Amino acid sequence: MVPSYVAASYECSTGESFLTAKASRSLEELLAAWGISCHEFRGQSQVTIPAVKFVESMKQLRDEAGFDMLSDVTVADLLEYGGEDRYRVVYQLVNITTGKRLEVRVLVNDPEPKLPSMYYLWRSADWLEREAYDMFGIVFEGHPNPKRLLMPEEFQSFPLRKDYPLKGRGERHNFPVITRAES
Amino acid sequence: MAGPAVNPTKDGFFFTQLDAAANWARANSLWPMPFATACCGIELMSTAASKHDLSRFGSEVMRFTPRQCDLMIVAGRVVMKMLPVLQRIWLQMPEPKWCISMGACACTGGVFDTYAVVQGVDRFIPVDVYIPGCPPRPEQVIKAILDMQAQIKKTGTVWASEFAARSVATGPARFDGEEVYRIKNPVPLTNKDITYTPKH
Repeated sequence: MVPSYVAASYECSTGESFLTAKASRSLEELLAAWGISCHEFRGQSQVTIPAVKFVESMKQLRDEAGFDMLSDVTVADLLEYGGEDRYRVVYQLVNITTGKRLEVRVLVNDPEPKLPSMYYLWRSADWLEREAYDMFGIVFEGHPNPKRLLMPEEFQSFPLRKDYPLKGRGERHNFPVITRAES
Repeated sequence: MAGPAVNPTKDGFFFTQLDAAANWARANSLWPMPFATACCGIELMSTAASKHDLSRFGSEVMRFTPRQCDLMIVAGRVVMKMLPVLQRIWLQMPEPKWCISMGACACTGGVFDTYAVVQGVDRFIPVDVYIPGCPPRPEQVIKAILDMQAQIKKTGTVWASEFAARSVATGPARFDGEEVYRIKNPVPLTNKDITYTPKH
């Protein structure tokens, strides 16, 4: 199930390949156009994007602001913070030409935390999103291979959520015992 | 099982010259199957290297196929995804075979008491010699091989009948008290729909 934005995903809005196009707008212009401000924390720029405008915003960041590398996808479980939203999915974008980095945050919620997959914009999202699904249960729609990456495929829980205990619920020892006489 | 009828539990062990000869041959040619998953594997490699040469004691080659080995050295932490592989490799080794569990992680899970790491392979595999350490020095690994050799020379038989008596697992129980408590008293979930499968 390929999402609708795939058709022109590797081309920029201007029509050239995004690998050779220069950044046409700066990050500040884009943020001003969206009406969001950029938050600085310890030398790192962070932006929180609403989930409804997620795909267009990421595409504009890649095509126009020149962030051509997705270096990390991770999730923070805000369960114990007592706020409204539970999962903060974080994307680390890098502009390879200027070396500028940007952290993009999106908030998703239970009971079905899901986001469109960024696989068609940045290929590195392939395993990064699989890991985020494996550890937190965030479903990335349109991902071509939505399987668990680290835990075994039949594992039922999402281990890095805050309500999953560190030592597990007994899954690690649920195997047959082999004695010496029978082997 | 062909050969002279030896009932070790009834008669005790009485050793023939053939047993002693077989034990000598087997002990002095223990070819390891290096089941190296983590840092202890590096230490195992350095034990086999030239400075602390393991082949002095008969472990001439490390065959990476279990069909040609008689000693499995589990070196490193074993995760729950790897444990069925470990059991399959153990079952593929031909008799007589022995197992050494090297390092803290293979013996007890080490520092990694988490949802993914098996707390000691002796819960699921029969282990003969344990080597503590994180990682154990090569000299400790050599001492374990020597202990293994002494054990074979003391209790081995030519038809490998001493293994049939070990029908009870000697490691800790699969689910010990703390784990049973944790399973029976789960942390209350706030997200009740935690085990859905995605509809793609």
